[in-house]
Amino acid sequence: MTLMKRMSLIFKAKASKALDKAEDPRETLDYSYQKQLELLTNVRKGVADVATSRKRVELQINQLQQQADKLQGQAQQAINVNREDLAREALTRKSGLAQQIADLQTQHANLQGEEEKLVLAQQRLQARVEAFRTKKETIKATYTAAEAQTKINDAVAGIGEEMGDIGMAMQRAEDKTAQMQARAGAVDELLASGALEDLTAQPGDDIAKQLNELSSQSDVEAELAKLKGLNAPAAPQAIGQGDGAAQPATDVPANENKPEAQA
Amino acid sequence: MIVRILSEGQYDVPDAEIDRLNELDAAVESAVAADDEAAFRPALAALLDGVRTAGTPHPDDDFVESDLILPPADAALEEVREMLADDGLIPG
Repeated sequence: MTLMKRMSLIFKAKASKALDKAEDPRETLDYSYQKQLELLTNVRKGVADVATSRKRVELQINQLQQQADKLQGQAQQAINVNREDLAREALTRKSGLAQQIADLQTQHANLQGEEEKLVLAQQRLQARVEAFRTKKETIKATYTAAEAQTKINDAVAGIGEEMGDIGMAMQRAEDKTAQMQARAGAVDELLASGALEDLTAQPGDDIAKQLNELSSQSDVEAELAKLKGLNAPAAPQAIGQGDGAAQPATDVPANENKPEAQA
Repeated sequence: MIVRILSEGQYDVPDAEIDRLNELDAAVESAVAADDEAAFRPALAALLDGVRTAGTPHPDDDFVESDLILPPADAALEEVREMLADDGLIPG
């Protein structure tokens, strides 16, 4: 039982350091309870911290997704005006973003996992603290200080181990979250520095600029055509109106015929 | 015998089961010693499963120290090594 034994010895040595014992063993109970409440507060804070990190990553995913959608739209626009080169550029940039998004989604899943673990730890500790409070009052009411010594030592050692366990779970969650926060910070910096704006199509971006130029060129052509001919843009309107006027005229007799046939 | 799986809780394990758990423990031990990540993961899972299956959860309102303490289910080999190395029992 080498591994289990070693781990147990090491862990217990650490846990016993976490709780100092007072002169009056009954004070040890109160002190220990106080420590448990502090730990519970810390675990709650830990849960909130991880949730904040998770939301931050969610926000980043949404921002990058919007930019990816925009590039997709621009690729479509570029194809519509026969500019495959621009469409290719937009799609290339979009695939770069897809990589970032996938990475963030992995981080998001990890953070969610850490959050769930901490919530479980919090629930477990809460139940234990509540049980300890009852036990503490029972011991104090039932035994004199001298008699209670052993009972108290046992209970305090037991809860000390539990606190060591939960403290370690929290430490692990904090370490993992800190790593992910550092990466999220790097993405925030990228977003803020505009490095991603070069990648994704912001208003001043070259893809957007070229598409805008193309569409204003075709606007100019349309205007020119209008000025030259006047009949070219007017013609479709006239045809549309003609069709619209003709339809009711043919529909009305058809509708009138039906009730007559039924009657 | 009371066994704690870290991050999970305490189990009451009958003494008769300890021999079988010893075998599972030895597999984890050798995986850690050999720095064999591929062997470590299933070995740890088997050991923890062995404790869960053989034992019953220790009541929440009873406060006792565990006889044995085991790493959390999601512990990495490196983490276990660090936990063990903390007081210098395992050199390196």
